[in-house]
Amino acid sequence: MAAEIPELMIQAEGLTKRYGETQALAGVDFSVPAGTILGLLGPNGAGKTTAVRVLTTLALPDSGRGTVAGIDVVKHPGEVRRHIGVAAQDATLDPLLTGRQNLVLVGELSDMGRAPARARATELLAQFELTDAADRVLKGYSGGMRRRLDLGAALMTRPPVLFLDEPTTGLDPTSRQRVWEAIRELLGEGVTVLLTTQYLEEADALAHRIVVVDHGKVIANGTPTELKEASRSARLEVSLAAPDTDGRAAGAMAPLVSGRVHVSEDGRRLSAGVDAAPGLATAVVRALDAAGVLVDNIEVRQPSLDDVFFSLTGGHIEGEDEDEAIGSAGGAAAASAGGGGKSAERQELEGVRA
Amino acid sequence: MTTTTLTPTSVGLDRSRSGGSVFGALADIWAMTRRNLVHIAREPMQLSDVTIQPVLFTVLFVYIFGGAIALPGGGSYVNYLLAGILALNLVTSVMGTAVGLSTDLHEGMIDRFRTLPMWRSAVLVGRSMADLLTSLLCALIVGLTGLAVGWRPGANDISVLGGFALVIFFAYALTWIAACVGLNAKSPESAASFGFIVLFPLAFVSNAMVPTQHMPGWLQAVAEWNPVSAVCAGTRVLWGNPNPAGALHAWPMQHPIEASLIWSVVLIGLAAPLAAHFFRRRTTE
Repeated sequence: MAAEIPELMIQAEGLTKRYGETQALAGVDFSVPAGTILGLLGPNGAGKTTAVRVLTTLALPDSGRGTVAGIDVVKHPGEVRRHIGVAAQDATLDPLLTGRQNLVLVGELSDMGRAPARARATELLAQFELTDAADRVLKGYSGGMRRRLDLGAALMTRPPVLFLDEPTTGLDPTSRQRVWEAIRELLGEGVTVLLTTQYLEEADALAHRIVVVDHGKVIANGTPTELKEASRSARLEVSLAAPDTDGRAAGAMAPLVSGRVHVSEDGRRLSAGVDAAPGLATAVVRALDAAGVLVDNIEVRQPSLDDVFFSLTGGHIEGEDEDEAIGSAGGAAAASAGGGGKSAERQELEGVRA
Repeated sequence: MTTTTLTPTSVGLDRSRSGGSVFGALADIWAMTRRNLVHIAREPMQLSDVTIQPVLFTVLFVYIFGGAIALPGGGSYVNYLLAGILALNLVTSVMGTAVGLSTDLHEGMIDRFRTLPMWRSAVLVGRSMADLLTSLLCALIVGLTGLAVGWRPGANDISVLGGFALVIFFAYALTWIAACVGLNAKSPESAASFGFIVLFPLAFVSNAMVPTQHMPGWLQAVAEWNPVSAVCAGTRVLWGNPNPAGALHAWPMQHPIEASLIWSVVLIGLAAPLAAHFFRRRTTE
């Protein structure tokens, strides 16, 4: 390929992909400028892994277009594979080989030649603090060690584009920090990274921009700062004895909350983002009481990933997509439960393929 | 992370060769072959299939059945048996191909390979090459054990080597059938059951262990047309060992060498393209 580096190293345009009954991708667009990290954030089953599978030539999209380093992933998959490094969320290393053998195998299969592959493997094992375990069979590695080796495997050929699919899911905090450090180091080298994660914190720590996906759609696209602001605020939920038909309750609440007051379909549940302050609930109840509204229940909830989705979509997108975001509560709950090496999404996909 | 700091200009492709060439494909096959050989060396079950099992079978059959089996037309049972033992071991060991491929597909390892700029079919060919090499090891062990318990070929060295080659070639052909099974198996375990359901009857309903003359008529007909019988009879001819099947009228028993070669070529011709097809299907989504 030409040495010229395209401005956008990864591009997804209207990608759709269906597995049986599941619409894994329902028209996904995003792009990653050269030398930056994009965090693809979303709950299990949101479509993150499918997007990565399409862009890494593992799955064919039903429609839409994907390019990596300016090369079409459907038309020239072989050429795309020469430009990418992939660390998938499943263990995709050989459990019966040693750490070193795994890296050398990846290098050899990437046309590095044996001697350069061995040299590069030694370098990466040192970089990821795996030198002591280098000649042990992978079966004896901890989860954190495997993830670091997986990252090493992705870096064997010094590819200009990296795909890291939930690189820290299921890791303990210490291991997570080490993987983060490794990813940050890559940034200084001009690598372009697509990182998927279920953790807002992780996307915040690493990514230049964050794309939030849910139900196979992009529901938000912003900088970590925008997301952080959304998550800093708590969420106020009020249940009324009677539907707020005349908007009196919403009107009374409006001065006390940040952003719009969302009214449920039956008009009896009101919710809005708030800056949690002492006595907030009291103030809201007083205001509603003064407006002659009967309150059944009031609750100030700490922010969840779901609230982030809500804040973002509520702030930028009207109509359908907003309901989409609200509808994702179950998925987000699963996301915050997190953990467990193999995600539900992946298992679901395997089930469909089997 | 610790000591190594990479320079900002370090992004680039560390690749010494251009891909897509025949040389590249051969290098990929060789890398995959070595990987599979490491697997076999590390999996006690797989390794014992080609090391301990041949010794055990040879000794058991020679000393336990040896005295009880009289060959039609006479001759020493150990000289008769060895070709059968070789066939039995090599035929049943192709189960490893099915299990190995199925495991690769189920452990996510295949996804790693598919994101690398390698020749994809090297996954299949590397597997069959590794199995071929272990067949050679197995054949060597069977031969040495045979010599130790009294097997003596009655032909020249070239002919004896030809006998080994005939069985090994047939086993190699069978690995492609095993590959088809492994690529369609729901799990490595179900791939393994292929061994018991197909390979053991295939190996035993033949003249591998006993002459077919004592079998009931219908079973004898099956055994005479079983490719394993042709392979064993052909090897016995090449080794200059007793071959009672030579007295039978079925075409494969009259022309066992030709019959085994035809069987092997036909199996490869059918199963290898089919395996490539199944492989593409399993790795497309």
